[in-house]
Amino acid sequence: MDIHEYQAKEILEGYGVKIAEGGLAYSPEDAVQRAREIGGSVWAVKAQIHSGARGKAGGVKICFTHEEVIAAAESMLGKRLVTHQTGPEGKVCSRLYIEAGTDIEKELYFSFLVDRTHESIIMVGSAEGGMEIEELAENSPEKIKKIHIDPAVGLLDFQAREMAFALGLDATQISHAVKFIRGCYRAMRELDVNMLEINPLVVTKTGELITLDAKMGFDDNALFRRPKVAELRDKTQEHPQEMAAADRGLSYVGLDGDIGCMINGAGLAMATMDMIKLAGGEPANFLDVGGGASAERTEKAFRLVLADKGVKAMLVNIFAGINRCDWIAEGVVQAVKKIDMNIPLIVRLSGTNVEEGRKIIAESGLPIITAVTLAEAAEKAVQARNEQVAKEGAA
Amino acid sequence: MAILINKNTRMIVQGFTGKIGSFHAQDMMNYGSNVVGGITPGKGGQTHLDRPVFNTVKEAVEQEGAEASIIFVPPAFAADSIMEAADAGIKYCVSITDGIPTQDMMKVKQYLRKFPKNERMVLTGPNCAGTITPGEAMLGIMPGHIYQTGIVGVVGRSGTLGYEAADQMRELGIGISTSVGIGGDPINGSSHRDIFEKFEQDDETKLVLMIGEIGGPQEVEVGVYAAKHMNKPVVAYIAGLTAPKGRRMGHAGAIISSAGESAAEKVEMLQDLGVTIAPTPSAMGETIAKVLAKM
Repeated sequence: MDIHEYQAKEILEGYGVKIAEGGLAYSPEDAVQRAREIGGSVWAVKAQIHSGARGKAGGVKICFTHEEVIAAAESMLGKRLVTHQTGPEGKVCSRLYIEAGTDIEKELYFSFLVDRTHESIIMVGSAEGGMEIEELAENSPEKIKKIHIDPAVGLLDFQAREMAFALGLDATQISHAVKFIRGCYRAMRELDVNMLEINPLVVTKTGELITLDAKMGFDDNALFRRPKVAELRDKTQEHPQEMAAADRGLSYVGLDGDIGCMINGAGLAMATMDMIKLAGGEPANFLDVGGGASAERTEKAFRLVLADKGVKAMLVNIFAGINRCDWIAEGVVQAVKKIDMNIPLIVRLSGTNVEEGRKIIAESGLPIITAVTLAEAAEKAVQARNEQVAKEGAA
Repeated sequence: MAILINKNTRMIVQGFTGKIGSFHAQDMMNYGSNVVGGITPGKGGQTHLDRPVFNTVKEAVEQEGAEASIIFVPPAFAADSIMEAADAGIKYCVSITDGIPTQDMMKVKQYLRKFPKNERMVLTGPNCAGTITPGEAMLGIMPGHIYQTGIVGVVGRSGTLGYEAADQMRELGIGISTSVGIGGDPINGSSHRDIFEKFEQDDETKLVLMIGEIGGPQEVEVGVYAAKHMNKPVVAYIAGLTAPKGRRMGHAGAIISSAGESAAEKVEMLQDLGVTIAPTPSAMGETIAKVLAKM
């Protein structure tokens, strides 16, 4: 789960991390009010969306008058901002963070994240922060400092110092930097953070170390023990069908094509996507019903897949282990009868109780296309989709 | 022979008396697995499914000689159960439980490393379908009847895709020595490579199938290992060849990830290392058949 910049800063401030003065705004009037409260003569108006690279998408504006603050707020609120991290659909901006302008001497990069290769937390930093950090990592990897944290002993002071020196800080700033790094690390461990990124971390003209932007992503599996973190969820930043699926204990991935898919298991879902594409089709979505899918669960899954109005054909591909094909088949029949589907449905069942499952489908009298193998299922789905598109075109 | 489990392996079920634990324990016994008891703290001394229930893993090891364990404990407590098994001297543990926090798994891995390598418990999973040695024993939740006895070792992250492979192989009359699910989580007990090392030493296994996925460096690591140290042929399918780039937040992930992590890059590197690639998920069986025919 991701959170907004202002939420991340609020959390980090609690861990002794220094941030610039700022406040939240939901309207242009709020925005100018925050600017007045902050005082001074320079403000940053920042769109709160779950994405980095906002600056290039017009999501960060530096303003020198209250009128500019209002104009900047109006240009962002209610708009969908598209960055290379959001995907083409972008993310809607409904909150702004108004922040005091900072006199920047130098921009640094700093992050902690879970490194699955080393099965530990890794600390990453560079003296050259800012928006081009990925290019820097690719072209000049020696400018990126990486330090692994041993989970048995945690972050050690000498590691924090090593990072502080690698960031190019001078002797007077080292103890502040160590305090900052330790604070970030504590947040990481105490809140089950997967990723904490400060980019840029800035050195001001007066030599202070300030967190100018902050991103935090949390381990979804640990939210049960972090209720305060779980409350920070902003559903407007997440895909509506993915949210609806998660609320029902299902997992949904939205894609750009027009073949809706209900599958069990992430690996089989990916394999099915490969097969559909090889057959010349494009999946619209994937709904993973997981294990132990009852008839009710199957029906819910159907509704979620079909909630995408662009779906021209639906494929059900179940290889039952814990699941039982007869339960899935009953759920499919029930769903088709209730929902009144007007697009072709292709069903492939395999595994536990497959004979019973196929019998239920065959005896239902419903116009369901069946397939035995994965390849056959994908080919029939693409064929049915093409016929449906032709039919709709003719109508 | 096979690897990890056989018909004599003395197995226990952690989370024995719960609904899911009971169902799969019964299924394992029906398959022929030698389940000698189970653990549910507070229910020690009772009998469940005709087997003794223990309060602690240690008691099951002392009284029933338990060697292998399967975990159905809820995610909040699963890491603790895995470490309890390791401490009690269990040799092999499968964690079926899905949804264990990442930092808990880091702790588990750290804990396991404190044992000398020859005494260290082997862990597969979490979030996997388990392990089966067809015709002998099942320590998992898979549909046992689709696995035929044979000479192909199978290792994969995904449960259902593993079933798909077993089913395709059975259709072609190809059997399996042992099939191991390593699970889909970012941090898992054993890597593909760990299991490959075991298959290389197993006389019954003549060929190894790896079912990989996009994301993470483990699949290419196997290719490097196989090229240097293996005499047995390797077939692989990497799922997600056509997957779009995921949405993400921040730069950090991109900075630490190295080349070879997209499925297409993985396939190319594996081919260069001498691995035979099944081009599609429905061609896993026939690709194995072709390689076997040349042996």
